Amino acid sequence: MEKFVKLEGLVAPLDRNNVDTDAIIPKQFLKSIKRSGFGPNAFDEWRYMDVGQPGQDAATTAQRPKNPNFVLNQPRYQGAQVLLTRANFGCGSSREHAPWALLDFGFKAIIAESFADIFFNNCFKNGILPIVLPAAEIDALFAQVEATPGYKLTIDLPAQAVIRPDGKGVPFQVDAFRKECLLNGWDDIGLTLRHADKIRAFEEKRRIEQPWLFA
Amino acid sequence: MAQTLYDKLWQSHVVHQEDDGTALIYIDRHLVHEVTSPQAFEGLKLAGRKPWRVSSIVATADHNTPTNNWDKAEGTAAIDDPIARLQVDTLDANIRETGSLAYFPFKDLRQGIVHVVGPENGATLPGMTVVCGDSHTSTHGAFACMAHGIGTSEVEHVMATQCLVQKKSKAMLIRVDGALGKGVTAKDVALAIIGRIGTAGGTGYAIEFAGSAIRGLSMEGRMTLCNMAIEGGARMGFVAVDDTTIDYLRGRSFSPKGDAWEKAVAYWRTLKSDDGAQFDRVVELRGDQILPQVTWGTSPEMVISIADNVPDPAKEADPVKREGMERALQYMGLNPNTPVKSIAIDKVFIGSCTNSRIEDLRAAAAVVKGRHVAANVKLALAVPGSGLVKQQAEQEGLDKIFVAAGFEWREPGCSMCLAMNADRLEPGERCASTSNRNFEGRQGPGGRTHLVSPQMAAAAAIAGHFADVRELNF
Repeated sequence: MEKFVKLEGLVAPLDRNNVDTDAIIPKQFLKSIKRSGFGPNAFDEWRYMDVGQPGQDAATTAQRPKNPNFVLNQPRYQGAQVLLTRANFGCGSSREHAPWALLDFGFKAIIAESFADIFFNNCFKNGILPIVLPAAEIDALFAQVEATPGYKLTIDLPAQAVIRPDGKGVPFQVDAFRKECLLNGWDDIGLTLRHADKIRAFEEKRRIEQPWLFA
Repeated sequence: MAQTLYDKLWQSHVVHQEDDGTALIYIDRHLVHEVTSPQAFEGLKLAGRKPWRVSSIVATADHNTPTNNWDKAEGTAAIDDPIARLQVDTLDANIRETGSLAYFPFKDLRQGIVHVVGPENGATLPGMTVVCGDSHTSTHGAFACMAHGIGTSEVEHVMATQCLVQKKSKAMLIRVDGALGKGVTAKDVALAIIGRIGTAGGTGYAIEFAGSAIRGLSMEGRMTLCNMAIEGGARMGFVAVDDTTIDYLRGRSFSPKGDAWEKAVAYWRTLKSDDGAQFDRVVELRGDQILPQVTWGTSPEMVISIADNVPDPAKEADPVKREGMERALQYMGLNPNTPVKSIAIDKVFIGSCTNSRIEDLRAAAAVVKGRHVAANVKLALAVPGSGLVKQQAEQEGLDKIFVAAGFEWREPGCSMCLAMNADRLEPGERCASTSNRNFEGRQGPGGRTHLVSPQMAAAAAIAGHFADVRELNF
C-alpha cells in the first residue's frame, strides 16, 4: 500500500447523497479476478452514454460516448485527486472494487458528510483517506469549488486538517491506528501476525470451551 | 453490569485490544464466494502466506452462475460468459488447493446463495463471528451471530490471521411489538424500519431486533430482517436466541450432536441482552400498524405502503434531498402523487439472499396458486436460494404451482438481484422484486426496481401492477 502523508490535489464535486457502490463500479466489472484496471469504468453508467462491458481494451473505451452532463467529464475536473460529496457515500455492496476503481481513476482522498461503514473501512486498506466533515463545511467547500476553476485543497494527515486555498484549516478526526497505517503504508496483515501467539492461545481456549465451532 | 447481546458477542471474540479501543476480533466462520475472493487468494500467494484455519471456510459459487440450461454442458462449461466462467473456475481451483470445511461447487445439490447455504447446513451457529466478502452477511445475525460483510483485503486478512482489526460499534435496539397482520412479512418490517431510520440511520451501529413481532418470526423471517440491516446502514443486525433458533438448528449437517449439542444449547441460551442493558439508541415500531411496503425510488429508504401515493418532492424542504427525490422519480419514470397500486410492472423476481428460502416460496406460491401472471408481465422468475431449497419446494409441488401460473422455475443463485448473470432488466423495464437494493442499474442498466415481499411480488405478478395482497383471497 502506498503511503498517504500530505496531498495537494484538484477537487471534483459529486453533489449527491447516498452514492452507492453499484454506481461507483457496476456489477459487470466485478467478474475480473484482478485488483487493477477498474478506473476507466468508475461511475460507468453515469459517465458514458452506452453500457460498458468487462474486458474492453483501452482503445475501445476511449471511443465510448461520454455523458457531457456528468460532472467528472467536465474538462475543469480532469486530473482531480480529491472527491467532494455528500452523505452516506459508498453505501450498499461491500465490493472493494469501488475503492479500487476510485484509486485507479486518480482519487486519493474523499471528503463527505458521512460514509457507509464497509466502504469507509475498505478505503483505508487501499491508501485512500476518507474524511468526514460537518455539513456546513461541506456546503462551503461545494460553493468554493464551483466558483473557482482549478480549486485545490491540501490534505495534511499528520496535522489532521484540510487546508483551503484561503488558508482556513478545517480539522478532521481519524483513528490513531488507521492514521499510522496510512502514514507508513503498512500492510495490516503483517501487523496482526505480530500477535500470532495470542491468536493461537485464544483459539486453543475456544476449541476447548466450544469444540463444536471447530468441527 | 447488564450487558447487551452485542457486548457479549464482542467480548467473547476479543483476542487483543489497543489503548484506542482498536481490537483484534477472532473469526469463527468465513464464507467465500467467487466474486470477492480471487484477489485475496492471489494476495496470500504473492505474500507466501498460508490460510490460518481452513476449517473455518465454507465456499460456494452464487453471484455469477446462470440459473437455467445447466444440462447443456459438463460442469462450468454450462456458463456461457467466459469471464464469469473463469471466475467460478478460479474459486474452484483456489478452494481445492486450500481446503475448506465445506465447498458446494456450481451444480452441487447443496450449492446456492452463500447466505442461504450457511444456515441451512448448520454452518452458521449462535455466538459465532461470521464474515464474508458480501454486505448481506448481516443475514446470519438471525442466529445471534456477529455477522457482517467485509472487503477483499479483509477476506485476505481473515484467511491469513483468522482475525479482523475492528472497533466496537454503538448499540441500537429496534423493538417491534404487536403481531403482524395477514399479508405482512419480515420484509415489510425491514422496509418499514429503513423508511423510519433512513439508509444511513444505522451507520456506526450494531442493531439488535427485539419485541413480540420479532419473536413471532420464523428463522427465515429473521434472516430476511437481518439481511436488510445493511440497507439501513448497519453492518450487522441480530436477534437473540430462543426456542425458534434452537429448533431450527437441531439435526442440521454441521450442528453439534449428542453431548456437544446439549452443551452448545446451554451456552446459546445465554445469547440475549440482559434485563436493563443500555443501548445508545432505541427505535420502536408497532408491528400491527405496518402495512405491505413498496419502494418507489432508488434507495431502500424511498419506501411507502401499498395504500400510499408516490411522494411529491415539492413538499421536501431540504434542497439536496429534494433534488435526490426528483432524480429518483425521473430515473423511475414516475410522477409525484401517483397511487402505488396504479403502477404497472414488466417483470417479477422472486429470489435473492433476502427472500429465496422455502417459507418465501411457499408464501408466494399460496398467492399465485390457481391464478395466472398478467398479460403485460413479460417475465416472472422464481429462483430458489439453494439446491436444497429447490428440492424441498419440488417435493411440496411449489414448482408446479409457479409454472402453471406462468412463472419460470429456475436453478439457484443470486440471479436478478444484482444481474451479474443473464437474468436482468432491460433499460426502462419495471420490476417487482423481492431483492434488497433498488439502486440505479442494480438489476440491469436503466432497470427500475421496486422492492417488495414475496407475497406482494406474487400479487403484482397476477395483477400486472402493484396490488394489496391482503385484498386477495389466499
